[in-house]
Amino acid sequence: MQKPLHWREIIITRLIQASGYSAILFVAAIFLFLMREGLPALGEVKFSDLLAVRWYPIEAYFGILPLITGSLIITIGAMLIAFPLGIATAVYISEIAPRWVREILKPLVELLAGLPSVMLGFLGILVVSPFLRTALDLPTGLSAFAGSLLLGGIAVPTIVSIAEDALDAVPRSYREGAWALGATKWQTIWRVTLPAARSGVLTAIMLGIGRAIGETMAVMMVTGNAPVLAITPGSLFAPARTMTATIAAEMGEVASGSTHYHVLFFIGIVLFMISLAVNIAASSVVFRAKKRAERILS
Amino acid sequence: MDKILIDSLSLQYADGTESLRNVSLAIPEKAITVLFGPAGGGKSTLLRCLNRLNDLTEVRASSGKVLIDGENVLDPKTDVIALRRKVGMVFARPVVLPMSIRGNLTYGLELAGETRRSRLDEAVERSLRLAAIWDEVKDRLDEPAIALSGGQQQRVCLARVLALQPEIVLLDEPTSGLDPISTGKVEAALQELKKDYTIILVPHSVQQAGRTADHAAFFLQGELVEFQPGHGIFTNPRDKRTEDYVTGRFG
Repeated sequence: MQKPLHWREIIITRLIQASGYSAILFVAAIFLFLMREGLPALGEVKFSDLLAVRWYPIEAYFGILPLITGSLIITIGAMLIAFPLGIATAVYISEIAPRWVREILKPLVELLAGLPSVMLGFLGILVVSPFLRTALDLPTGLSAFAGSLLLGGIAVPTIVSIAEDALDAVPRSYREGAWALGATKWQTIWRVTLPAARSGVLTAIMLGIGRAIGETMAVMMVTGNAPVLAITPGSLFAPARTMTATIAAEMGEVASGSTHYHVLFFIGIVLFMISLAVNIAASSVVFRAKKRAERILS
Repeated sequence: MDKILIDSLSLQYADGTESLRNVSLAIPEKAITVLFGPAGGGKSTLLRCLNRLNDLTEVRASSGKVLIDGENVLDPKTDVIALRRKVGMVFARPVVLPMSIRGNLTYGLELAGETRRSRLDEAVERSLRLAAIWDEVKDRLDEPAIALSGGQQQRVCLARVLALQPEIVLLDEPTSGLDPISTGKVEAALQELKKDYTIILVPHSVQQAGRTADHAAFFLQGELVEFQPGHGIFTNPRDKRTEDYVTGRFG
């Protein structure tokens, strides 16, 4: 007996397959484009000049070090703010808050995670930086610290949301086990629940970093955008400029195919590498945790 | 002598389900008292009253008293942390904490403020021996406890409770997930332990109830149907419902 041809089945399967492949294709195309436009920079500017400390493209100074350090100092500052706040909030929502508070807070935090960052940029320009200027007696409030504060605020909802899910997934029996041994609520959280949710909490932190380092608009609006090498602690309170802000601000006005144009794409490559490293670190943590779980189950 | 005196205890969960109805029971010290009966009879709830673990679930109304050494532990002024050190508990599913075997054993003691290394090591060995697992784990105390088999994990949980030197040990179906050999080891350990501890066991089968009990209480739908000191409940039940359950007519 001949097997009948199921045309509908075949067409639908092929369509799904095609959209799956196209997603991979698009990412690959973006990557190739980035490489094609960015790598020529290495031929046009000496590598040592790229790693110089002066960014002044009009005079052909293409040192991207200030931009990298600017991004790093702002991201590190943001994380120092966002880690403790994010984890503490997640612990509060998952472990301490009464049920009705949790049911209000959780959706609220998720709503915040979706807030357009330009809105926070507004807030930064109008409220945060004038406040910093008067409170810390700075020449200008538009500084790396203002950027850190805003980025921290942007990363907190992401961290809270994911870390809370991880804490929530810790079996109730773990907590009961600790309580039955005479542990207090805090001892249980610190020594049992948090370590048990470790991999999820680390993922939350990694994604928070990813969110912060890739952020453009809010940072561009409040950091003052001066490409100054930021390596002393004091530079946290001086204007700084990030890689993302540089690309966003200059890409529109650059002559296509010029050295400046290629260097901007090269910055994109550096950014891409950093994001990739953060993501690999995050997924390897998750992967390791999963492997351990599988070993236990087998 | 009676260690625990439960006096007309009634309990209701927040969703309205009744869990215990006017239960009165005297539990003798240094013996194994078994609470058995079909699921949903209130055995676990009763255990959780004894160390106040029910505080964490939503319990609406409770009346009656639970006296341990003459003190009503349901009194809101009771020091719950101290109570839980005195009344240890082993759960149905072994819950090893996410740390090393040694860490699991010393955790409770460290919480109680013990820092002397020698005392901690001593407690680790003593309690692992009591739980009949010392020989199996003595060479790998610093490995993660999660890597042990289920039966070993359950005995580590028992040892962890014993490390605190409680007076009462509650066991809620401690062998329900274990193979017969591990179950035998746990039961043998209990027979040793009863010389020094008051043990209350919710068994996972009538057979286990019969094997382990010094005294036994039969629970049905939140009600204490029958309690007899000694083995009488299995050989000579007074209540028709007990007889039906023990002989396997239902359950």
